[in-house]
Amino acid sequence: MSIRRFALAALAGLSLSAAVQAQTSLLNVSYDPTRELYQEYNAAFNKHWQAQGHEPVTIQQSHGGSGKQARAVIDGLKADVVTLALAGDIDELNKLGKLIPEDWQKRLPQASTPYTSTIVFLVRKGNPKQIKDWDDLVKPGVEVITPNPKTSGGARWNFLAAWAYAQQKYGSDDKAQAFVEQLYKNVPVLDTGARGSTITFVNNHIGDVLLAWENEAFLALKEQGGDQFEIVAPSLSILAEPPVAVVDKNVDKKGTRELANAYLNYLYSEEGQRIAAKNFYRPRSEKVAAEFAKQFPALKLVTIDKDFGGWKSAQPKFFNDGGVFDQIYQAK
Amino acid sequence: MSRRTSPVIPGFGLTLGYTLVYLSLLVLIPLGAMFAHAAQLSWAQFWAIVSAPRVVAALQLSFTTALFAALLNGIVGTLLAWVLVRYRFPGRKIIDAMIDLPFALPTAVAGIALTALYAPAGLVGQWAQALGFKIAYTPLGITLALTFVTLPFVVRTLQPVLEDIPREVEEAAACLGAKPWQVFRYVLVPAVLPAWLTGFALAFARGIGEYGSVIFIAGNMPMKTEILPLLIMVKLDQYDYRGATSIGVLMLVVSFVLLLLINLLQRRIEKR
Repeated sequence: MSIRRFALAALAGLSLSAAVQAQTSLLNVSYDPTRELYQEYNAAFNKHWQAQGHEPVTIQQSHGGSGKQARAVIDGLKADVVTLALAGDIDELNKLGKLIPEDWQKRLPQASTPYTSTIVFLVRKGNPKQIKDWDDLVKPGVEVITPNPKTSGGARWNFLAAWAYAQQKYGSDDKAQAFVEQLYKNVPVLDTGARGSTITFVNNHIGDVLLAWENEAFLALKEQGGDQFEIVAPSLSILAEPPVAVVDKNVDKKGTRELANAYLNYLYSEEGQRIAAKNFYRPRSEKVAAEFAKQFPALKLVTIDKDFGGWKSAQPKFFNDGGVFDQIYQAK
Repeated sequence: MSRRTSPVIPGFGLTLGYTLVYLSLLVLIPLGAMFAHAAQLSWAQFWAIVSAPRVVAALQLSFTTALFAALLNGIVGTLLAWVLVRYRFPGRKIIDAMIDLPFALPTAVAGIALTALYAPAGLVGQWAQALGFKIAYTPLGITLALTFVTLPFVVRTLQPVLEDIPREVEEAAACLGAKPWQVFRYVLVPAVLPAWLTGFALAFARGIGEYGSVIFIAGNMPMKTEILPLLIMVKLDQYDYRGATSIGVLMLVVSFVLLLLINLLQRRIEKR
């Protein structure tokens, strides 16, 4: 056990550019698509922190699949804060790692989620298959690209959004299951992560529609110049909540609690919210949201806590071994 | 441990000790930790994990694609080695150096490049599409990726052996009346077969465990194109360390048995 931890910690440590030092440095372990967001935010936070009369801090970033990042922290990566794709992954820091208290999500406003996103459709220019809503995804001949929910946090949001739509429209769990089964029959490739799916759709020209994080869809549009793809917002989607948390055990050992708290709290400030919105994350602050109202279409959104009873019940029901996702593929 | 011939490298004790420490740190302890971890499960639990339909399907897929890739390299790789050793032509050194590229290239890069090429919209993939079959996202694509990654093994193990067979041996056989196919069958094959088997076994073993290059071209459809290493990643993403190590143990045991069989076969051939 300890050997495995040591080996994993050493590996994780190697992937960081520099050694982690106490006091004036902070390590933020995050998931894949937040790279650009935190690059901008770290600079802004540093300015704010120094304006309050503190020494400048070195903020280090580590990015990767949300689950893998959580495991690295559990196995000994000394993260001061984690900013991951799902609360379910941070829950494991409590359950498996005993690094944070069970009620971690109550410590910051809005269930510790300073910004949100949602799931939208990215279609090819002109929308040749006329994809407008979830119902169009189960039609024969439509190819849907989405990663494997067993290995990708983003894909779990995709799955749940489709489920919520079908359940509200057709009224029962059984019908919802039949709907997602039909949908996944139209999926020709299950990549392991969101980036892989984007490559499949954008570069390899596979599929008619990509189910994507809204921020990733905007980013793809920005990078491709907007003449190849269009974003389609379905009638109903899910409020994707990527939460943040201070890793108590690590900050207490390193004496960085004050800094780590300030770092996360500043995400809720007007400037932090604006940076999130500029990077295509939906801000929580109503004032900033109003400024960016044009960018984010108003959508009917279900939430993981209200509609699925939180990750603690959604994860085992849908995604663990033997869950709904496995049943879809093992029916045959 | 006779010391009649004085060894070039210092004594047996020192070298064996070094070997053991080295092997322990790099191989035995990590693998032992894996077995220890899986051993926390009862036999029934372990069996339930490794006999699940998806695991069995992935096991079959991983081993058959690795086998075909190794066979393909066994044939084409032999040809490559033969050409490189026996003929002198412009650009030979460059081709010779290119053989090692699959080792140097990050496997993910190889996977993405191969997928782009062989996907239905890709340069080669569209021809396959026109002929009515798919390469990427099928077991064929997986075999292709594995063939690429394991290409150097057969070539590099055969080259020195082929170089050691002087041309005169073939000529002598021919002078004694052997037809070309007899020269091949009775002179060349016995000489290179042990090395060929080594290269084949290396390629096969590497193919079973390969993850990075396959994951992009496989399509990862459960029961159809899901490789065994992917199932390990899936288990890890569920924080199911025991499930993951169980599949790891399964892979190790099956691989070990197969490699052992290949080694035994090799010894029988060498004795003849």
